[in-house]
Amino acid sequence: MIDHTIDSNEAAGLAHRADTAAHHRAEPPVLTLKGLRQTFKTPRGDVPAVAGVDLEVRPGQVLCLVGESGCGKTTTARMAAALTEPTAGSVLFRGKDVAEMDRTERAAFRRSVQYIHQDPYASLNPVRTVYSTVSAGLRRHKLVASHAEARRVTTELLERVDLVPAEDHLDKYPHQMSGGQRQRVAIARALAMNPEVIIADESTSMLDVSIRVSLLNTLGRLRDELGVGFLFITHDLAVAKYFAWQGEIAVMYLGKVVERGTAPRVINDPRHPYTKALISAVCEPDPDLVRKERVRLRGADIPDLTDLPSGCDFHPRCPLYEEGDCDSVRPPLVRGHDRLLACHVATRR
Amino acid sequence: MVTTTAPAAGVWGTIWQGITRSTSGFIGLCLVLGVLFFSFVGPLLIDTHNPTDVTKIWGAPSAEHWLGTNHQGKDTFTQLVLGGREPIWVGFVAALITVAIAVVLGAVAGYVRGRIDHFLLQLTDITMTIPFIVLMLVIASFYRTSSPLVVSFIIGLVTWPFLMRSIRAQVLSLKEREFIEAARLQDLGTARILFVEVLPNMAGYIFINFIIAITNAIYAVVGMYLLGLLPSTADNWGLMIQQAWDNNAFLLPQAAPFLIAPMVMIMLFQIGLVTMTRSLEQALNPRLRDR
Repeated sequence: MIDHTIDSNEAAGLAHRADTAAHHRAEPPVLTLKGLRQTFKTPRGDVPAVAGVDLEVRPGQVLCLVGESGCGKTTTARMAAALTEPTAGSVLFRGKDVAEMDRTERAAFRRSVQYIHQDPYASLNPVRTVYSTVSAGLRRHKLVASHAEARRVTTELLERVDLVPAEDHLDKYPHQMSGGQRQRVAIARALAMNPEVIIADESTSMLDVSIRVSLLNTLGRLRDELGVGFLFITHDLAVAKYFAWQGEIAVMYLGKVVERGTAPRVINDPRHPYTKALISAVCEPDPDLVRKERVRLRGADIPDLTDLPSGCDFHPRCPLYEEGDCDSVRPPLVRGHDRLLACHVATRR
Repeated sequence: MVTTTAPAAGVWGTIWQGITRSTSGFIGLCLVLGVLFFSFVGPLLIDTHNPTDVTKIWGAPSAEHWLGTNHQGKDTFTQLVLGGREPIWVGFVAALITVAIAVVLGAVAGYVRGRIDHFLLQLTDITMTIPFIVLMLVIASFYRTSSPLVVSFIIGLVTWPFLMRSIRAQVLSLKEREFIEAARLQDLGTARILFVEVLPNMAGYIFINFIIAITNAIYAVVGMYLLGLLPSTADNWGLMIQQAWDNNAFLLPQAAPFLIAPMVMIMLFQIGLVTMTRSLEQALNPRLRDR
């Protein structure tokens, strides 16, 4: 089961793995988001859903984007997958701006960066069988020579996502499968394109908790065995911790990244007051394990994106609020000794 | 865990399953097949020589003439057997044209949007304003010998806008669904996405509209014969009704079969088509198929 308490031995082991991960980080990023902005024009005024996000996804690494509903996670993910155009900023794939790509480069990008939707009930075509859905890309791009080969490759893909026995599932329709099975089909479809990056937008949030873990394990194997980079979007810190432990976590609030660092540091030693509040809000089923008191926010209401507070976006809710900079100067995301942090007070400490 | 296995019966097996599931749908199918057999195989089985016989004008039903004879002394039953081909054929071709135009234009307009959508919508508006009966009058007066094929083309070319609009509306909604976005992420190409991913989701709807288009086209063509807009010498149910009308058959009790028989045939066929659609919807929708 996922929880966020770790005993010291486990923590030591995880820290070691995290160091190995840091070693890998020398690899150049495959997907880079640079100053990404998305502003929606509405009659009530401009809504800056994403207001300048810089992130990198590296091969075989996980970058987990966490934050509450409406903070711009999904918009960021959609821009990263080029499903929507950013208002400003750029998405770089292997160092090249996606907006400036020619047809061939764009096709390569399109196939290398795959996106897994949140709802497996909506992301599979109800009139197509599993075989038809998973093999459509293979057949279209002539990655398989014959029908028999298409079936064989599809079977292998289904086995790779632990949908076994694969032969039994090939000719099923989505309505004959459970949510977890459907999500595996969606992942197999993404894998058929042999992607370098998978953008998973809340891909496990629609599933039962028990199925969620086994799906996360499947995704973890893809990351380790195939070296797929993940941009993993979630609102669930327990999921983020479980899946991104060797990677990075970026915490988003109102369209901006407020804290970003390796997962063990962000989870075990959160510095930004918003991250602290998020972590203390994770449900803990065992009352004996609830050690720390919940972080109390000064206000529960999320500010309206059309009418953001002056200074730090978080200051009306922030427990560390101090008069002065907090309500007048927007804190920049600055590099501390072990992470990036956007908070006047926490940076000073 | 859902343990339903894929149906092993194959495409025809599942279609048969779907067709027989609903009793009324199955009866409808039997009616349609019966009328089709009567009209297309029937002429091969009977003596189609049907001479005028002035001694037998408005003859009552007898062993020799099952449904009596008409105002020219011709056998009504023979005429009935020969008279189904043309309206059914015209109805089928007209429906095919209407549905083909509506599906292609509706799908393209809804999926591509932009100027093409704008232009196609203008085209539907213009086409919808064409007065159908007046157009037929004009064409019939110019070309006295309109063939059934020309009639079906005309019906097909003026009746598509209604279906096109509803298909466009459905494509507009379907293209925003996540599985279409997933297909775009796979770089499957617009044509494939439109015709392989989007349209099959509307297969039942399109097919049912095809059947409805057949019934509409049959009524249109029979109505035109009845109004005398289509001078035809061939045997045909619509023409029979018109001749019965012209010769005051409704005043003669012994002429009733000549008036009623073609109407009954048309009604049986139409009722059959409409009830048949119910089981076709089940056969074409994988979600309904397994129930």
